[in-house]
Amino acid sequence: MISLDSFLETLSTGSGFWNPLVWIIIVAMAFLLIYVLRSLGKKEYKEKTEQTQSFLSGNPEYEKEQMTIKGSNVYWGFTEALKWAFNVLRKMHTGNASDYVLWLIIVMGFLFITVFITGAL
Amino acid sequence: MNWFETITMHSPALIVAVPLLTGFLLPLVSRINDTVRNLFAIIMLSITGFLIAILGYDVLTNGIRTYVFGGGNTVVNLPSGLMFHVRIIFEVDVMNVFMIFITIILAIIGIIYSFSFMKKEDGLDKYYTIVFLLITSTLGMELTGDLFNFFVFLEISCITSCALIAFWVHKGESLEAAFKYIVVSSIGALFFLFALGLLYAQYNALNMATIANSIQFSIIDQAALVLMIAALAMKAGLVPMHMWLPDSYGEAPPSITFILIAATQASLYGAFRVIFTLYGNVFNSINLASLNLVLTTNTMGWIIIALAIITILVGVFMALIQTDFKRLIAFAAVAEIGYIFLGIGVRLASKYVQYTGGNATAVAFTEYSSIALNGSIFHIINDCLDIGLLFLVAGAIYYATKETSLDKMGGLARNMKYTTIFFIIGLLAVSGMPPLNGFASKLMLYESTFQLNPIIAIIAVLASIMLLAVFVKVFYSAFMGPEQPKFKEVKEVPRGMLVAMGAIVVIIIIFGLFPNLVINNLVQPAANALTNYTTYISKVIPGVI
Repeated sequence: MISLDSFLETLSTGSGFWNPLVWIIIVAMAFLLIYVLRSLGKKEYKEKTEQTQSFLSGNPEYEKEQMTIKGSNVYWGFTEALKWAFNVLRKMHTGNASDYVLWLIIVMGFLFITVFITGAL
Repeated sequence: MNWFETITMHSPALIVAVPLLTGFLLPLVSRINDTVRNLFAIIMLSITGFLIAILGYDVLTNGIRTYVFGGGNTVVNLPSGLMFHVRIIFEVDVMNVFMIFITIILAIIGIIYSFSFMKKEDGLDKYYTIVFLLITSTLGMELTGDLFNFFVFLEISCITSCALIAFWVHKGESLEAAFKYIVVSSIGALFFLFALGLLYAQYNALNMATIANSIQFSIIDQAALVLMIAALAMKAGLVPMHMWLPDSYGEAPPSITFILIAATQASLYGAFRVIFTLYGNVFNSINLASLNLVLTTNTMGWIIIALAIITILVGVFMALIQTDFKRLIAFAAVAEIGYIFLGIGVRLASKYVQYTGGNATAVAFTEYSSIALNGSIFHIINDCLDIGLLFLVAGAIYYATKETSLDKMGGLARNMKYTTIFFIIGLLAVSGMPPLNGFASKLMLYESTFQLNPIIAIIAVLASIMLLAVFVKVFYSAFMGPEQPKFKEVKEVPRGMLVAMGAIVVIIIIFGLFPNLVINNLVQPAANALTNYTTYISKVIPGVI
């Protein structure tokens, strides 16, 4: 039978520990603090007035539907900076079944050599 | 013997027989109507689940179970004194129970999801038949103690998976993915067959325990090891042999991808069994007599660590540049497989020799190696749940919008509130964010890896953060932003699909909040079963060790 203690037990990882319930209590306290700080803020914000409109350096605001950032544009700077690495990875994924088998043979060959050498020592 | 004891005794066979029989009965039951077919399918899976629970309890209470097919405990006594079972034997320890437990969870949830997701498709009698055959083969791989039997189930798994990947036959990409899958899987399976042929030629046996007891680590054994590990690692999706996985996972219906994850993990289980049981004499032994094998164990460990790190990085980087939702998750799944292999590698690389006064006095494993192995085993179930949930969410979006491209999505959170919540939980879990299940297993892996080599642990942590960034991109582009005019009519998916996703979310949260519950009752005993290979051998062939 599973005891109640095992539900509340702390996970030991050898050099550290993890107890999700303690974590939840701390996060709940943090949220409470945030709520208190937020309630101390100014209450002059008025919904559905000019206050809520975006300021785009004086440029007109686009239609809402046109303002979506597409998936391929997210992290554009990061992917552009590491283009060389992504190109290597893309070239590796040829989509050709015979290449897939070739990689299996290459790994197998590498393992053969290593295991034979260390096995013989 | 009462009926309950009889069922318990025959449960290993029934766990495979029930879904097998169901698979063949389903086309007949489908003739009545769809509701009866669905009811029949879920009842039979529930019966299988009940049998697994009985077997699991029995194994956890009484230790390893063996089940001999075809009569009594037929044994052969060789002139050398060795005796072993002749017929096919199922050998069930806690590791087997752990794996079949995962498979049945995924199977039940996958089937429930299929009821709604596949409702409008044709040929569902064949669909469910093949799904049940896939479940049968996966359970068979995880229960058998016979290498040839494992190969047979592996082949059934390949063929049924291929048929299911190609289920949307009207799409050219599905057929292409299925073709690639069958080519690569069959070649892998043939290498596995070749390996077991080599072992059979050496030891005149196919039973895992018998071979494990006799293994000499001769050149033939080394060749067999390499062939088996490479074939199983490819089936599990280790880089650079992973390329079939995004193709297959990306093109199969999401309900199938969900069950395919269980089949992939069965191959991973095979790799665990080969390394820690079949070659336990080599990699697990702490006898001083195995002193000369420490270098081999460490080398194998470091090779696996290197491949695991490459797998994690390639998986994460490739996921980052994907615009197809399902393909993106498939690459994330590749990265997660890397974490599991990392734990295996750390375990092997941390074997060492103790010296006293310049002389070797003992062979041992470091303390953190057990944490690494536990983390690795725990991550198997977490990977299945987290990645599985994300695939079901991708399926829900496809069901509602007929879109898989992230570039064409946006603002879905407005109309698909529950799906959005499920995605957020999946996102946090797969990225290893506290307090969800992925965090607990990854923490165990990070900390044990850190003690072996801090740089590797840092790479693993950074890759996990990148994985979070990958799914934040998905969340932003699919769910956030203004409502798209073309998605104005989009509604939340049917209740059956929500129930399936909700069930996984509940398990994820429970495993996350109470990790010790799983570790103490399933993971640790499974790790013990793997490392105590001598117990496995002695239970199957008593009197040998």
